[in-house]
Amino acid sequence: MKHLLSIEELTVEQLTALLDLTDHMVEINARPVPKVPALRGRTVASVFFEDSTRTRLSFEMAAKRLSADTMTFNVGTSSVNKGESLRDTIETLSAMGVDAFVVRHKSSGVPHMITEWTDASVINAGDGWHQHPTQALLDCHTVTRSFGTGNDLRGRTVAIVGDIKHSRVARSNIRAFTLLGAEVVLVAPRTLLPPEIIDWPVRTVDALDEVVSDVDVLYLLRMQRERMDAALVPSLGEYSARFGLTRQRATRLKPDALVLHPGPMNRGVEIVVDPRELPGSRILDQVRTGVSARMSVLYTVLSGGSVPPTGGAE
Amino acid sequence: MNSFVLRGGTIVNPDGNVEADVVVSGGVIDTVGGTTSDLPVVDATGCYISSGFVDLHTHLREPGKEEAETIETGSRAAARGGYTAVVAMPNTDPAHDAVHVVDFVRARGEQVGLCDVLPSGCITIGRLGQQLVPFAALAKAGVHLFTDDGTGVQDPLLMRRALEYAGQLGVVLAQHCEVARLTEGAVMHEGACCSSLGLPGWPALAEELMLHRDIELVRLTGSPMHFLHLSTARSVEMVRQAKLEGLPITAEVTPHHLSLVDELLTSLDTVFKVNPPLRTRTDIEALKGGVLDGTIDAVATDHAPHSDHAKEQPLDAAPPGMLGLETALAVINTSMGLSPRRIAEVLSWNPARIANVADRHGRPVAVGEPANLAVWDTSSEWVVSRDHFASKSRNTPYDGMTLRGRVHHTVFRGELVVKDGEATK
Repeated sequence: MKHLLSIEELTVEQLTALLDLTDHMVEINARPVPKVPALRGRTVASVFFEDSTRTRLSFEMAAKRLSADTMTFNVGTSSVNKGESLRDTIETLSAMGVDAFVVRHKSSGVPHMITEWTDASVINAGDGWHQHPTQALLDCHTVTRSFGTGNDLRGRTVAIVGDIKHSRVARSNIRAFTLLGAEVVLVAPRTLLPPEIIDWPVRTVDALDEVVSDVDVLYLLRMQRERMDAALVPSLGEYSARFGLTRQRATRLKPDALVLHPGPMNRGVEIVVDPRELPGSRILDQVRTGVSARMSVLYTVLSGGSVPPTGGAE
Repeated sequence: MNSFVLRGGTIVNPDGNVEADVVVSGGVIDTVGGTTSDLPVVDATGCYISSGFVDLHTHLREPGKEEAETIETGSRAAARGGYTAVVAMPNTDPAHDAVHVVDFVRARGEQVGLCDVLPSGCITIGRLGQQLVPFAALAKAGVHLFTDDGTGVQDPLLMRRALEYAGQLGVVLAQHCEVARLTEGAVMHEGACCSSLGLPGWPALAEELMLHRDIELVRLTGSPMHFLHLSTARSVEMVRQAKLEGLPITAEVTPHHLSLVDELLTSLDTVFKVNPPLRTRTDIEALKGGVLDGTIDAVATDHAPHSDHAKEQPLDAAPPGMLGLETALAVINTSMGLSPRRIAEVLSWNPARIANVADRHGRPVAVGEPANLAVWDTSSEWVVSRDHFASKSRNTPYDGMTLRGRVHHTVFRGELVVKDGEATK
């Protein structure tokens, strides 16, 4: 696997291999000195055309724990603001000797485009509304390891709630959870569903109350505050009343149901109850797993295989 | 070579096809049939000879975006495509909203001398949708088609007034049907494919709503109107119905909307971003039906050159548009298999009438007629290469594809401007 651009490109074997390798990275991260020399001498460049401090830091930590050199291309203070084209930016950085680009962009398809202009590996850290494959990977790892049934999610129901239309997380996760055998239910107002999803392997329901007591995983999406301005919902209050995880709805969750959120949370909107009070909340586990999952991806694309890294702490 | 004979071809005329040699001399057709001995021979064996093609929808980019195309390179591309006249779209910089701009475009076209360059005019100053252009002055300068192409005229009052005012002058308004509010940020057709790719969609409704509005404005005002690059099944049905009712409207489709489906955007390649967007198979079939039954009058290219660096931007920022002039015949022939007569109709005879140049284009191939001719076949196969275009740009969606049908020669005002597929000047 040279690049990781989309979950759509992965076979179930590739996905489970990445999840299994993530277990190994979790183990490394639990060591007193959580660092291995697996990617020593390799250079990973974070190129975030759209701000995302947490995802960028998570990738950089992952790269450092594998002993890769890291560099950050800060778009805000860079030549991009002087009118440099995307292609020139990538070709310039490539010429410095980058082995992997970690790319975030507000437009769907940019990581894919970049592969045409560089010999380096490209990892999609989120493109437009399209894909966010490492998020799906860390989410699948969090969920499967919580249930303790290997990589198998057959018989489990995952409800993804909120702004599906504008969500790269949803598009990646629908595919990933489905690959592992789960049934995926989308819960959203019609305005926040993509225009045509009859071919998607999902069912849709109109209100959270219809499914909240039946699901094994409740995946809450971030509700962007500016959605109101585009007439997509009448108000955040009304959204919260129909689709938010309120204290009352939380009491109806199955005892072993998990609650996930890709962060950052809008408290009082999609999540009203304090997640610290939810025994099923895995929100911080997601963040923790994120570093391991990204180590797994970096190692896989840069080593050309999924043989676990050898060698102990430095 | 002021006199020559096109030998061995089949003439395509409204009254039928006939095998005959055509002698061109002094800018006109001198002889049809018969034998000639001492003139240079241009081989037309296995080819059809028709009036030269007329493109209702060409972006020549000059003035303002000469890095993408110039009147010279665009004219050469047109000639290679068998065109002897092109309507130059008005979205240049400055736009075609004043006499001196259209005078410049026409004069530059004459200077180049590869085809008739017919400037269109804007409907509103600067294409801003606010103030009407000086229609009468522009009409006097020879402008016949007026459009704000690239954006539709959004304001229904303004469009009504434009139809009322311009209708009196004998000119025709042409509308780019798109309700802008419904397509903000759009990158591709709104449907299953955009849903999966997470790209903002161009709903078919945006085109159809404005088409419906303008058909009703035509009904109200009685002024004629031409509809540019229709792309949806419902649009074809609306035009069909309006024509049955006798409304004075005409319509065009592009070769790419007859041949390419929205799913091509799964490649995330900006070459497939175009406005209106590539639609579904159902739409393509309906558009073909419209071309076959005459609902659609003309195939027009919407030739829209863009430099590589413009198209190498992210999908949301890359400008919409694709090349068309040099592949139009081959694309419609490959995707539709029209009769030679219908090809001549939609590429030459009808657009010549709509552009108001039927006095010199789209004429029968007959003695005494102006020698504006295209010589083409419908059977030879060739592989499109983006590196072999006369256009200054490379943004063809057909790169690497095998197409059937080819323009061999183009005669403009009696001069052989394209011979064996290559421009002679």
